[in-house]
Amino acid sequence: MAALATPGAFRVTGWYLTAFRRLWKMNLLSSFVQPMLYLLGLGVGVGSLVDRNTGSTSTLGGVSYVAYVVPGLLVTTAMSLGAMESMWPVMGSLKWQRGYHGIAVTPLEARDIVLGHAAWIAFRSAVAGAAVAIALTLFPDTRSWGLIAAVAVAALVGMAFATPIMAISVNSEYDGAFAGIQRFYIIPLFLFGGAFYPLSQLPTVVQWMAKIPPLWHGVVVARGFTTGNVAWWATLGHLAYVSIWIVAGAIVATRRLRRKLYP
Amino acid sequence: MPEPLIRAHHLVKKFGDFTAVAGIDVEVQPGEAFGFLGPNGAGKSSTMRMISCVSKPTDGTLRIFGLDPVTDGPKIRARIGVVPQLDTLDTELSVQENLWIYGRFFDLSRAECRRRTTELLEFAQLTERAESVVDDLSGGMKRRLSIARSLINEPSLLLLDEPTTGLDPQARHVLWDRLYRLKQQGVTLVLTTHYMDEAEQLCDRLVVMDQGRIVAEGSPRSLIEQYATREVLELRFSAGTNDQFADRLHGLGSRQEALPDRVLVYADDGEAALQEVHHRGMQPESALVRRASLEDVFLLLTGRSLAD
Repeated sequence: MAALATPGAFRVTGWYLTAFRRLWKMNLLSSFVQPMLYLLGLGVGVGSLVDRNTGSTSTLGGVSYVAYVVPGLLVTTAMSLGAMESMWPVMGSLKWQRGYHGIAVTPLEARDIVLGHAAWIAFRSAVAGAAVAIALTLFPDTRSWGLIAAVAVAALVGMAFATPIMAISVNSEYDGAFAGIQRFYIIPLFLFGGAFYPLSQLPTVVQWMAKIPPLWHGVVVARGFTTGNVAWWATLGHLAYVSIWIVAGAIVATRRLRRKLYP
Repeated sequence: MPEPLIRAHHLVKKFGDFTAVAGIDVEVQPGEAFGFLGPNGAGKSSTMRMISCVSKPTDGTLRIFGLDPVTDGPKIRARIGVVPQLDTLDTELSVQENLWIYGRFFDLSRAECRRRTTELLEFAQLTERAESVVDDLSGGMKRRLSIARSLINEPSLLLLDEPTTGLDPQARHVLWDRLYRLKQQGVTLVLTTHYMDEAEQLCDRLVVMDQGRIVAEGSPRSLIEQYATREVLELRFSAGTNDQFADRLHGLGSRQEALPDRVLVYADDGEAALQEVHHRGMQPESALVRRASLEDVFLLLTGRSLAD
């Protein structure tokens, strides 16, 4: 009896992993250094100002500022990764290097490519998040078992940005759309997505807009885990919402990729 | 007769209003080397893409191994090898990594991937370059790697879309030699080309396509016999005057054709035709008698669209 077949998506992820093996040191370093810089700059720099202010601790839910921003950093790192890896690399695999066309003539299919890509993003986000999390255990303020759960949430958020952006990249003729995605989606969310201060500080309209993308939902859940205040029903609701983004993105990306690969 | 590997009946491919393939009938038998010949835009690549199950036929029936590509695409693709017109190698990975990865797409075990990679590197004469990044390879090497990669699943049918376009003569001969070895091992080869020498070298049987249709079919030899004379007299007159001389050559051989750079006289006896040229008082700058080739058949059958 033949061994059980490896799911097609994981065979695609294997390709990404092989490519990653060549570059992992640089990749890991940059996806580690960047959040650490933010952590020092914001957590220590801004944090010392914030924590001195009476009343701010209660606005932050009873924790220090550095403890407050940690989950925000983990999740925004995953967001950037999921977005970046789903723009030029996806377009390249379709148009320039044409790796997807190479896969299209094997038994694998568009769905395997999309799911394999999502699994790869989850892995990359988890690895980047884990590196930061390990560093965070060095400080008593940020040390917590909840970091493990927060890394898992970050991986989900990475996918929730990856699959919809992949759907856009697959259908784009030029890479011009990518600057727009960054300027009008990723960067605004980074600044106004609830990662570094409570959404309640923003006007109501902005608050509602910030709650549409998956970022804020992931941050809230991750923060619940790292600060030890988990509201289970709300957590489930947030995670379901993040999952809808992943699934909807994957469905559209698969449909579009199938049309491109099998005209 | 065994069941044909490929059976196409009234196969049509349209892209919007444009008809790329206008209803062709093709059968390829196991072990054959079969060629699609034709000028650019004749519909060769569209046909190949339908056979490799990446493009859905607009109309007609297509069976590969007796299976329908529309419903059994993955099953068919597991048993064929495809060398596309443009390489789809991962240029940032090494030569052997490209082979491993591709084997994994077919769900071969890691050990099996390694075993076949060693064999295929040998076959493609790339063993010394196993660790090289693909980006650093020459065009011929990349093409050989593409062919090696397409063989990782030990396909019984190999599809090659313009395998040697853009390669220098040495690289082409090396490739032909490798393809000939595959044929000897019993692999069915289906290829497209617009190189006549390639078709004559490799194909047992071929079809000439023009504007989406098959205009001739047979072995290279039989096509030459059917469509050309035994010999061809090539005459070159001073530039720009070929057309004028074409009139004065009237009645010579069985047919004359004025090309932009020379005039061809199709005759069973080329020397006799040349004597007649001199007899009529014409002094070509150069004259050459040669055996008719597939190129003559090609020009005859598709010349019109070349001039378009």
